Amino acid sequence: MTMAKEALGPAAAARRRSRSRQGALAPGRKGRPWTFYVLAAIFTLYVVALYGPMISIYILSFQDIRGGLVFPMKGLSLHWFNDLFTQVRTGDVKGSFDRSIKLAGLVTVITVVVSFLAGLAFRRRFFGDTVIFYLMIGSLVAPGLVLGIGTGLLFNWLGLETAWYTSALGAQLSWTLPFGVLVMFAVMSRFNKAWEEAARDLGATPWQTIRLVIIPILAPGLVAVALFGFTLSYDEFARTLQTSGSLNTLPLEIWSMTLNVTSPSLYALGTVTTIVSFLIIGIGLGSITLIQKRRARGGAAGH
Amino acid sequence: MTLRRHLTSWLFLSPLLVVLIPFFVLPFIVVLTASFFDSDGFGGLLPTFTLVNYANLFTSSLTLNLYLATLKFTVLTWFFSLILGFLVAYFLAFHVRNPLLGIGLFLLCTVPFWTSNIIRMISWIPLLGKEGLINMALLKLGLIHEPLEILLFSSVAVVIAYVHQLTIFMIVPIFNSMARIDKRVVEAALDAGASRLDIMRLIVIPMSKSGIALGSIFVVSIVMGDFFVVKVMSGGGSASVVGAFYEDISVLQYPSAAASAVVLTVALMVLIGLILRTVDIRREITR
Repeated sequence: MTMAKEALGPAAAARRRSRSRQGALAPGRKGRPWTFYVLAAIFTLYVVALYGPMISIYILSFQDIRGGLVFPMKGLSLHWFNDLFTQVRTGDVKGSFDRSIKLAGLVTVITVVVSFLAGLAFRRRFFGDTVIFYLMIGSLVAPGLVLGIGTGLLFNWLGLETAWYTSALGAQLSWTLPFGVLVMFAVMSRFNKAWEEAARDLGATPWQTIRLVIIPILAPGLVAVALFGFTLSYDEFARTLQTSGSLNTLPLEIWSMTLNVTSPSLYALGTVTTIVSFLIIGIGLGSITLIQKRRARGGAAGH
Repeated sequence: MTLRRHLTSWLFLSPLLVVLIPFFVLPFIVVLTASFFDSDGFGGLLPTFTLVNYANLFTSSLTLNLYLATLKFTVLTWFFSLILGFLVAYFLAFHVRNPLLGIGLFLLCTVPFWTSNIIRMISWIPLLGKEGLINMALLKLGLIHEPLEILLFSSVAVVIAYVHQLTIFMIVPIFNSMARIDKRVVEAALDAGASRLDIMRLIVIPMSKSGIALGSIFVVSIVMGDFFVVKVMSGGGSASVVGAFYEDISVLQYPSAAASAVVLTVALMVLIGLILRTVDIRREITR
């Protein structure tokens, strides 16, 4: 390859260089390399395939009573949303929705606190850190259904009742915590230890350093961990299936609906749960932006 | 002093262990124990020590077929999500020049990750079904004369649903490693006369290795541990290891299900271990 290029002579090499310069990573205004257009097309197709199917079920959930599972759209009404919350045959959607939100709230708080503490611990090497790290990876990659059954059996052997706020809470945490700690690793790696040392030099106690220096600086990262905690719990299925006891969470309700219900109320449920997810994502991303904006303003005004 | 430092670290980690021990370590030990027990045939467990569950597992031809089916879905999903995820991440990292636009497009890719996987899966029904949009469009165009039945409730649908759900697990870590590549290295390579292919082969791919490894761990472990997508999207046509495990549990065959779970988990851990050998992920994440 190199031999061939050298054989072309210096002039050809220079020409090639200027040509490839144009097609380089930060090319001039003149134009983009052909690969840009190919990749842009692939990216667009990916985004269309990512959102297209979801959007189609949101549209189909607004059909009237004649509606079916496929296009074309039959009428326009809120019939299937009404059906979802009133019909008995679709199960206890309202109750499961309630439980899912409460459970996700619990999981979020615990995930943020525990991941933050673990993140602090993992900044230094300590005796046994590798073992714990791999324990976490194991908990993350282990098949969820298997862990769920194991937890169910464990509770059974100990004579405890499984319930969404005990066994399912723990089972979900075994999945959200490793995730939260990994996100915390990424957040902590951008934390400059000099700030912490400065606080200590100025006479701050360890607790003051955490409360007044580390937490405010890491706030956007902690919001990100909270967002992960909430959404991973709110949509969790495999680990909850065998641990939620007699009362369902929302994903379990959706799962039983996919097996029994063949009407657009399934899509209506999809629309409702996605609206909730989008609200949460909006709150999460919105508060990260807000914190960073306020910080930028404070930084500019404070000097 | 150093002892105190170690103790503080452990103190900060204790809440994590309070969750991981009862909800990861103990359940796995319970499953391991149950795999050596005997079933009384009525859903109860007889506390003995027997290897008959494993013997049954390894002598049944069904096991081999299940593993092959699961492996097929794992490899196909891994391959397609890697290619797609790599290209998308490359586009975002190297071709989008405006950083704000880059963040916006990146978020556009990640938002669906935070919504329900089950809903995203069933949302393929109006598109892939016998009377779905794709079949209707192909019929109108005259490319086919009767609806394609292999689109929904088939292996194709399973792979589509997996790739749809899991490509994001490739995009995020690969984008993360690509964003760390110093653009001047690539410029220098261009000046030295490297071709596009050389840059890809000698710079971009080696430097995205940790992202690729991390994404592969997620994709492989999720597909191997899943039964839901296979059950719904194959329409009962395909089985998976965890699906069979779930069937066993629903007829209260705990010991044989436990044996199969142990074998699956060991196989999965070996696979993940092999991937981890190629890269020190702890250093990569904390860097």
